[in-house]
This record gives sequence, structure tokens and C-alpha cells, in this order.
Amino acid sequence: MNDDPNAFTLGPLQAGPPCCEPQPVIQVRNLSLRYNRQAALDNVSLDIYKGCITALIGPSGCGKTSFLSAINRMTDLIPGCSIDGRILVDNQDIHHPQCDVQALRRRIGMVFQKPAPFPLSIRRNIALPLNEHGTTQKTEVTAITETVLRDVGLWDEVCDRLDVSALSLSGGQQQRLCIARALALNPEILLMDEPCSALDPIASGVVEDLICSLQGRYTIVIVTHNLAQARRIANYAAFFWVKDQAGQLVEFGRCRHIFESPRDELTAAYVNGARG
Amino acid sequence: MLLRAKQQIRDGVIQGLIYLAVLLVSLVFFWMLFDLAHGGAAHLSWQFLTESPIDAGRAGGIASILVSTALILLVALTASVPLAWATAVLLAEFVPAESAFGKIVRFSLYVLAGVPSIVFGLFGNAFFSIYLELGFSILSGGLTLACMLLPILTSTAEAGLRAVPDTYRSSAAALGLSRTVALTHLILPAAAPTLAAGLLIGIGRALAETAALLFTSGYVDRMPGSLLDSGRALALHIFDLSMNVPGGDNPAYASALVLVSLLLCINILAMKLAYGLQRKKIMT
Repeated sequence: MNDDPNAFTLGPLQAGPPCCEPQPVIQVRNLSLRYNRQAALDNVSLDIYKGCITALIGPSGCGKTSFLSAINRMTDLIPGCSIDGRILVDNQDIHHPQCDVQALRRRIGMVFQKPAPFPLSIRRNIALPLNEHGTTQKTEVTAITETVLRDVGLWDEVCDRLDVSALSLSGGQQQRLCIARALALNPEILLMDEPCSALDPIASGVVEDLICSLQGRYTIVIVTHNLAQARRIANYAAFFWVKDQAGQLVEFGRCRHIFESPRDELTAAYVNGARG
Repeated sequence: MLLRAKQQIRDGVIQGLIYLAVLLVSLVFFWMLFDLAHGGAAHLSWQFLTESPIDAGRAGGIASILVSTALILLVALTASVPLAWATAVLLAEFVPAESAFGKIVRFSLYVLAGVPSIVFGLFGNAFFSIYLELGFSILSGGLTLACMLLPILTSTAEAGLRAVPDTYRSSAAALGLSRTVALTHLILPAAAPTLAAGLLIGIGRALAETAALLFTSGYVDRMPGSLLDSGRALALHIFDLSMNVPGGDNPAYASALVLVSLLLCINILAMKLAYGLQRKKIMT
């Protein structure tokens, strides 16, 4: 279905009918990011559209993960990291002094490269963030737990052992649990940092299918080194490259255009495997 | 062939030397244990543990000594554990590892860890006993020990907290959880085995301490009535019996046997906690 140029609008909930204009939900303007003296991103401007999957591609060290972490201000946690430029989420500047970071991160879920479940039971992994964000009713928590575990296709595999340690799950199951944990907070946006790269091919396929199934319901930004995967799942693609020792956005567009008729020579060389 | 033979001989000699060293080290330990058991086992009995010392410890038991030791330990831990663990949390979770503040605190802890215990004793005597007018009391002794325990408790706790994978912290932050929630629900439980092991090592240190207590908790061997009473710790009792009491050798041996058994139990427990539980991970 991704061959359809309008595939990004196929999602049922947020995206609207195929004819409608893409609607930017995240607007990044002139974003520059540095770690101490070392520039990691230079002057990146980019729109992320609602309900679509946007893939960030490019070689290692070109700032894709830094870009992703800037969106939910995870960069705040990195000592020496400083940011210039603006990031608007629903037209709200996320660096505005009145912006509540915890509320922002609740709206913008994140899934990491390495599955990172908490060393708690499967049930507690989902209940802990829910409880801390104010959902304390046991029946409600149980209902949400079942819903999100079903959403990620994990319910049938774990419904009879919700109280065992999440660390006893396989890598792919752990990653799906992490996605479920993020979904439980009912985010609008999901950031994924190479969610499949630490998994074996079968688990990777399962997670990839899951991401596809989330299209339309959530706005997804995914970093991937796997070009074939980007091509399969993404509606939009942004190609980053290192120029003058800092990551820059080279080209952004419909995934299909990036892969089949890129405007930039560098993009063409990269997606054809000639460089990078 | 000759070269080969030479190498084999060299390997054999080195291996032999290493085994010899290991043997000597364990021999010292077992010899000491045997000596203590040989000299003290005959004197050790239920009565010895439950009666107070009579005639400067030549007769009777060590009940009051055990109570004083426990009280001194209790004071020391109550004062030092909250301070040490709070410092560790600050150093590991809130201060960047390379910051000047962290370096200064860590440096002072290293220095503190290297100070001889007799110096702690003099400090405790000057500060707690005389300046704060606590006199020779279990309270002064316990507080002096608390100062001694700070470095060991802080450094083990900091190491334990740092060993908790950063992914817990970043995952928690990405879910919009506050640092306090991450700390109380994830990081402290995950570090609990190391905290407990550090605690046990600290208890071991405190139990074995003599010099620091000589000038602070004193060596009155009667049953303490309150924390402001002087009380004699077990290690001090052994010192006194063997140095100042002619004919006190047998009770000294028996007391030493009790002390070493306690330390042995605590060390085994600490090792079990550190290695066993850490692998299993704490579940809630």
C-alpha cells in the first residue's frame, strides 16, 4: 500500500481522506545543535506531517538521533548539549519557559534502539507511567494494559504471565512492550530510534508490521539505517548527511520521490548504495 | 625441543609459586581461625553470651559488651546511612561526574577513608566528648564511628547507583516520569543489592573498630543504662582483656571467636547479596 503516493493519508483516525493537504504537526525551524563545541546539526528546517510515518535516513553520525531527541527535549539530559532554532509542536514552542517538559514527553512517546523495559513485571511496566500521570484506578489501568498489549500484538503471548519480569521476554517482545508502554500514555507522536536494529530478522519484521499498523493513528518519526525498511514503511523521508563536520538535511520529500527520483545527487548516491 | 622444555619448566615454576602464595594466604586465615577456636571454644558457652563480665572480665560473660556494641552500631548506622546514601544519590544522579563539586566531594571522601582510626578517635574525643559535652558515651562512640563509615557507605552506594543502566533513566524520562519517580521506583530498587552489601561491609568495619572507640565510648564494662552511658565494644573488650587483665586470655579468646564469627557471617551475607541478588535483579 505504500506504493500509493497518497499512502500517508490512509490512516483512519487523524489523517483524513486521501485528498486532503498534509498537515504539519511538528515544525522545525533552523535547528542547530551542538555538544560542547562539536556541532551535530546545522540549520535544519523540516515539517513532520500528522498521521504519517517520516523516516530519517543517512549515515552514522549525521545527527538523525540528535534531531529525534531534540523533538521531545531528551537532549536536555545530555550535559553540554545546546540548541538553537525553534521546534513547534502544534504551534507551541517546546523551548518556551512555560512548556511543561513532562507533559510534552507524555504527548511525544519515544522508543529506543535497544529494548529498555524496566526491571519490573510486565504489568508494572505499563502501570507505573500510567499511575504517575494520574491514572490510578485499577480497572482503568487493567483495561489500558490489555488494549495496548493487544495493539502491539503481545496480549496473546503474555496474558497468562503479566506478573513475570519483563526482562524474561525475548528481545522482540521487549521492544513491543516498550512500544505498548509508550502507547499507554496515549501520545500523539511517536519517536522511534532504530527500533528494529537490535532485533533478529523475524522479530524485526513483527515490529515493522506493528509500526505500519500504527500509521494514521499516530504521527511517527523513525530513524533507520535500513533503507529497504524506510522504503517499505515511510510516507516521507528526510535524508541527512555530514557537511563541514555537522549534520545537515539534504533532502526531504515523499518517500517515493526520495528513493525513485531524488533531486540531490548525494541522495541518489546514498539510496542507490553508491555512498554512505 | 630444549626451548619447549625450558618454557614448560618456567610455566611450572610460576604456577607453583602462585599456588604457594594462595596457600600461604589461606593458611594465615585458617591458622588464625584454628588458634581462636582452640583457645576460645572451651570457654565459649551460652552463659558466656548471656552473663555480664565479673572481675574485669576474667569471669562471667560478655552480655553487656554485646549490648554496648549493638547500641554503638545502631547509633553509627542511624547517623551515617541517611547522610551517606543521600550524598551518593546526589553524586550519582544529580551532579555531572566530571563536575568540580563532585570531584571535591569524592576527594574528601578518599582522604577520609585513608585517615587512621586513632585520628578519628582523637577527633571524636575532642569534638563529641569534650566540645559537645557528650562525655565518654555510646553516643560519642557511635557518632565517631559514623564519621568513619561515611566514605565506605557513600562510595559503595555511588558505585551501585552508577551501575544501574542509563536506559532506565532515559526510558523513564521519555515517558515523562520525574527524576524522583525514576529514583524511587527504578534506580534505588535496582541498586538495592549493592546498597545492602555496602551496608554490611560498613557494619563489619564498625564491629572491628577499637582505636576510634577507646577515647569516645570508653571501656566501662557494665550494662549501659542509656546512650549517654559509657559502653565497651567487643573489639575493645578483647584489647583490654589481653593487654590489661592478667589471666584474661581465655575470655579474650572466646570474645575474639564471637567477634570473628559475627564478621564472618556478615561478610558471607554481603558476598551473597552482592553477587547473587544482583544477577537476579530486584523485582517489585
